[in-house]
Amino acid sequence: MKILVTAKRVTDPDAKIRLKSDLSGIETEGLEFKVNPFCENAIEAALQIAEEHDGEVVVVSIGPNEAEQYVRTGLAMGGHRGIRVDYEDENLDSDLTARIFAAVFEKEKPDLFLFGKQAVDGDSGQVTQLVAEYLGLPQASFGSKIELDGDKANITQEHDGGLQTTSVELPAIVSADLRLNEPRFASLPGIMKARRKKIDVMSIDDLGVEPSMKVKTVAYEHPPARQAGVLVSSVEELMDKLVNEAKAL
Amino acid sequence: MDFKLSDEQQILKQTVRDFAEREIRPVMKELDHKEEFSVALTQKMAEIGLFGITVAEEYGGFGMDYQAYILAVEELARVDGCQAATVAAGNSLGIGPLYYFGNEEQKKRYLPELCRGKLWGFGLTEPDAGSDAGGTKTTAVRDGDEWVINGSKIFITNAANPLALGVTVQAVTGKDERGRKQYSCFIVENGTPGYEAREMHGKLCWRSSNTAELFFDEVRVPAANMLGKVGDGFRTMLSTLDSGRLSIAAMGLGGAQGAFECALNYSRERKQFGTPLSRFQANSFKLADMATEIEAARSLLYRACWLRDTGQSFGKLAAMAKLYCSEVMYRAANHCVQLHGGYGLMEDYDAEKYYRDQKLLEIGEGTSEIQRLVISRHIEV
Repeated sequence: MKILVTAKRVTDPDAKIRLKSDLSGIETEGLEFKVNPFCENAIEAALQIAEEHDGEVVVVSIGPNEAEQYVRTGLAMGGHRGIRVDYEDENLDSDLTARIFAAVFEKEKPDLFLFGKQAVDGDSGQVTQLVAEYLGLPQASFGSKIELDGDKANITQEHDGGLQTTSVELPAIVSADLRLNEPRFASLPGIMKARRKKIDVMSIDDLGVEPSMKVKTVAYEHPPARQAGVLVSSVEELMDKLVNEAKAL
Repeated sequence: MDFKLSDEQQILKQTVRDFAEREIRPVMKELDHKEEFSVALTQKMAEIGLFGITVAEEYGGFGMDYQAYILAVEELARVDGCQAATVAAGNSLGIGPLYYFGNEEQKKRYLPELCRGKLWGFGLTEPDAGSDAGGTKTTAVRDGDEWVINGSKIFITNAANPLALGVTVQAVTGKDERGRKQYSCFIVENGTPGYEAREMHGKLCWRSSNTAELFFDEVRVPAANMLGKVGDGFRTMLSTLDSGRLSIAAMGLGGAQGAFECALNYSRERKQFGTPLSRFQANSFKLADMATEIEAARSLLYRACWLRDTGQSFGKLAAMAKLYCSEVMYRAANHCVQLHGGYGLMEDYDAEKYYRDQKLLEIGEGTSEIQRLVISRHIEV
């Protein structure tokens, strides 16, 4: 059982972000990065499956030299080896990201490719589905439970009204939701072991991926400032505002 | 000059930050309120490797540098000074003297267990001997193949709890040729007849860290339990305190960072006269000062760590960092409470805990006055 799993670096979700003065992007000066929390769920799931089925976990990320630390974090959690695709992660859209990961899949031929359901920076949530489409493989997204059953995987997805379980044949592309598990810490014993683990670096040329993008960023802008609320004096006035002003009813 | 942390240091910092937010923050208020030391939380901290950070692998440690250890303490203190205290005392005062001054047999006997989260105290301060360690009254007298220890110690962190295995205790073992008191250190294991460690309660701060009073009544230990040689005690103590100061400084730095973030978040949300508090210049200047002082404190402390990690003399900078970081946290915690107004006085908010926990840093492991004395000597006034 070989599992490929992503460790995307994202800006710290608890930090307050600012836009560059020319609105061309996010101001990254002084921002701290960490592993995307949903990727941590995916890594934890990969490790649990590998522990149960004597598998190998390969942690993969796309990014410059500084992004290697986040692959290393996955190895400190228990991943067996790592891959960093050397590329400026600011020059990526979901499509290019998906084509790079599809190429990594072809090289590694894992039984399972696990992703975080979305990255908490861009929040696009498209890569898992695109990778599956490009590879022509079964997919199951937003997994809150992943169970292996022979050459199949059963993935449970949470809905407002209940749970839906999808059975996919392996190899498959699966994404992890927050309630899938509680990720383990990259402990000091783990950090020590990770010293001796290998991280392969490959370029998109090595992978034969064309660096074109479908999405062009024109500008970033701040969300509109929220209007101050008003106090209403009666239920009638409230109903009137809900119906006529907010058009919520 | 390279200020960049290594990948390993960064990963450790992030791990400890996540751990503190996920495991410590939800329970720290209740532990503080009940003045309760948590065995479970200490064991969890041991599982992620927070005891024995700088100890070599052959003794069960993790072989990281001092900077890595300081980052871990800083991140714990950003959330809770009490758990930071357990870890800092565990590494600097419990493990430190055994690791740096113990013989091979002593290191093999104690360090692996201490690196797995068992705790060990360092008995130095006495009821009548605080800043003036020369006033130490605890004595050890040689009797055949044993030493007989009598006396008492006070304010000893990590010494009276279910995880504690024993203490290193400093005692007077005679006089040197010039008639000055001669000190030596001894290993006393829990369960040795005549030795008792009693938990102290009613503390203003660090309420969920474990503090003990130690009593030695005709305690007999084998001669092999001496740490180092006869008369080494004073050197052991000075060296242990030099390193220990770095971890107290880290608690000041982390606590200041926590208080600053607490103040910034609250004053951005809280509005008076229709404007967030943080936008009033009287307050924004407070926040700007806090941020500046914290960065200055961080530079000073990390440089002291770099000196230590590269084998250079670091005693002066360690004293400066301990003094400065403690006082930066004082100002940050004070502003934090002030920015919270009346709410800053209430237990429901984090501000008052930073304010209380800060005070120990200006007292423990050498008061601010003693730090100034140490620095004065270094600059040869």
